[in-house]
Amino acid sequence: MSTHDAELLAARPRVAKLFRLQWEEAQQAWVLLYPEGMVKLNASAGEIMRRCDGERSVADIVTELEDAFVTSGLTEDVLAFVAMARTRGWLQ
Amino acid sequence: MNDQTTPSVGPPLWLLAELTYRCPLHCAFCYNPVDFARTEQELDTEGWLRVLREARAAGSVQCGFSGGEPMLRDDLEVLVGEAHRLGFYTNLLTSGVGLSAERAAALKAAGLDHIQLSFQDSTKELNDFLSHTRTFDLKQQVAALIKGHGWPMVMNVVIHRLNIDYIDKIIQMAVDLGAEYLELANSQYYSWALLNRDHLLPSREQLERAERITNEFRERLGDRIRIFFVVPDYYEKRPKKCMNGWGNVFLTVTPDGTALPCHTAKMLPGLSFPNVRDMGVREIWYESEGFNHYRGDAWMKEPCRTCPEKEKDHGGCRCQAYMLAGDAAAADPVCEFSPDHAVVEEAVARAQAPVRCPTEAPLVFRDPKNSRRLIAESGH
Repeated sequence: MSTHDAELLAARPRVAKLFRLQWEEAQQAWVLLYPEGMVKLNASAGEIMRRCDGERSVADIVTELEDAFVTSGLTEDVLAFVAMARTRGWLQ
Repeated sequence: MNDQTTPSVGPPLWLLAELTYRCPLHCAFCYNPVDFARTEQELDTEGWLRVLREARAAGSVQCGFSGGEPMLRDDLEVLVGEAHRLGFYTNLLTSGVGLSAERAAALKAAGLDHIQLSFQDSTKELNDFLSHTRTFDLKQQVAALIKGHGWPMVMNVVIHRLNIDYIDKIIQMAVDLGAEYLELANSQYYSWALLNRDHLLPSREQLERAERITNEFRERLGDRIRIFFVVPDYYEKRPKKCMNGWGNVFLTVTPDGTALPCHTAKMLPGLSFPNVRDMGVREIWYESEGFNHYRGDAWMKEPCRTCPEKEKDHGGCRCQAYMLAGDAAAADPVCEFSPDHAVVEEAVARAQAPVRCPTEAPLVFRDPKNSRRLIAESGH
C-alpha cells in the first residue's frame, strides 16, 4: 500500500458543504443534490457516501461495509471511489 | 405508440414554480411569454402548497422558485419552508430586487438551499439600460447578503451582442463577489429575445473572442469558480437536446397554474396543457396529452425520423421548430440538416454586420404595456 493510500484510509471525509446527500424513494437511490443539479449514485457509491460523516475514517467505512455485506477485499474499491469523489468535490 | 419508441417515463425530477409574471425589471431578452399580460389570476398560497406536495410525491426533488420576480410573492417564505420540509432541494432564481436583509434571513430560516442571482451586465450604465431600471448597486448588496448567509452562489448573466464585449469585466465581478458558479448564458431566441433578435445576436467574432477570454479566466482561476459558457444555438450545427427531452425530467408550472414541459411550450398550437387547479401532478405528468405528445420519437418527421443522432438531440426544440419552421414537429432549424436551416443562417449573416442604427427598430422591453400591445396586434 502506498503512503497516499495509507493517508486516505486514515482520512475522515464528509459530504462537501455545497452538496446534500439524501435517499430518494422515487428513484430508489441515494442522490447528491447541489444548486440546480443532482447526481444519482449507484448502490455501492450510496453505501459509501452515506457513511462519510466526518467521524468515520475510510478504514472504518471499509470494515463496516465488509461486515454489512459479508465480504472482504473492498479496500481498493472504496479508496478509488473516495479519491474520485474528492476530485469531483463531493467529499471534503 | 409502442414500447420501442416510448421508453418508460421517469419522474418529473425538476419542478420549476413560476410564481408570478410580475417583475420590476424589463429585460429585452426575457423568455416569459410576450402575452404574459393575459395572466389574470395567480395561484394562491394553498394552490402552490398543493403543487409542491403533489410534485414531491411524484418524485420531484429539485425545486426552483422563479418568475417574473419571485420576491414579489409575499408568501415565498411559506412556500420555501414547505418545499424544504418535503425534502426538496430549493433554489431561488431572482434578480435580487426585494431581497432585503430581513427576507434573506427569513428564507434562510425556512431552509432555502440556494440563490441564483441574475445580473444583466457588470457595467452600471449598461446594466441599467438592459434591465431598464437602476438595480446594479442593489445587486452588489444582495450578493453580499447571499455570501453572508453561507449560501452557495450561482451568478447568471445573460450574454448578448450588447454586453458580450464586457465579458472580462463580468467574470471579474463574479470572482470579486465570491460566486462559486458563473453561468454565462448566451440569450436563446424565444419570446422577447426573438422580438429583439437582431439587437441581441452577437457576431461570430464577438462570440469567439468571448470564449477565448472565458477560457483564459478558467485557466487562471482553476477551482475557485466554475464558469459555464453557453453558446447561442444559432451558431451550432446540431440542435440542443431541449429540456433534456420533452416530459423527461422537467415540469414547469406557470403563475396561473398551467403545467408545461418547458417555459415556453404554451405557444405551441393544437396542444392542450392541463392546469394544476383541475388535475393532479402525477396525472399531468404521466397521462396528459400535452406531456405525452412529444415523448419518444413516433411524432418525428424526416430528416429526424431516420437520423442516427435522433437519440442524442431528440430533434432539438419543439418551440424553436414552431417559431422558425412553422411546424412544431419539424426538425429544429438550428440543425444543418433541417430544410429550414436557411432561416437561422440568415439571422446569423445579419449578425455579422457592424452596429446597426438603434432607432431603426428599437429594443422592445418586456413590460405589461408592450405585452398588451403585442396581444392586440396578434389579433386574438
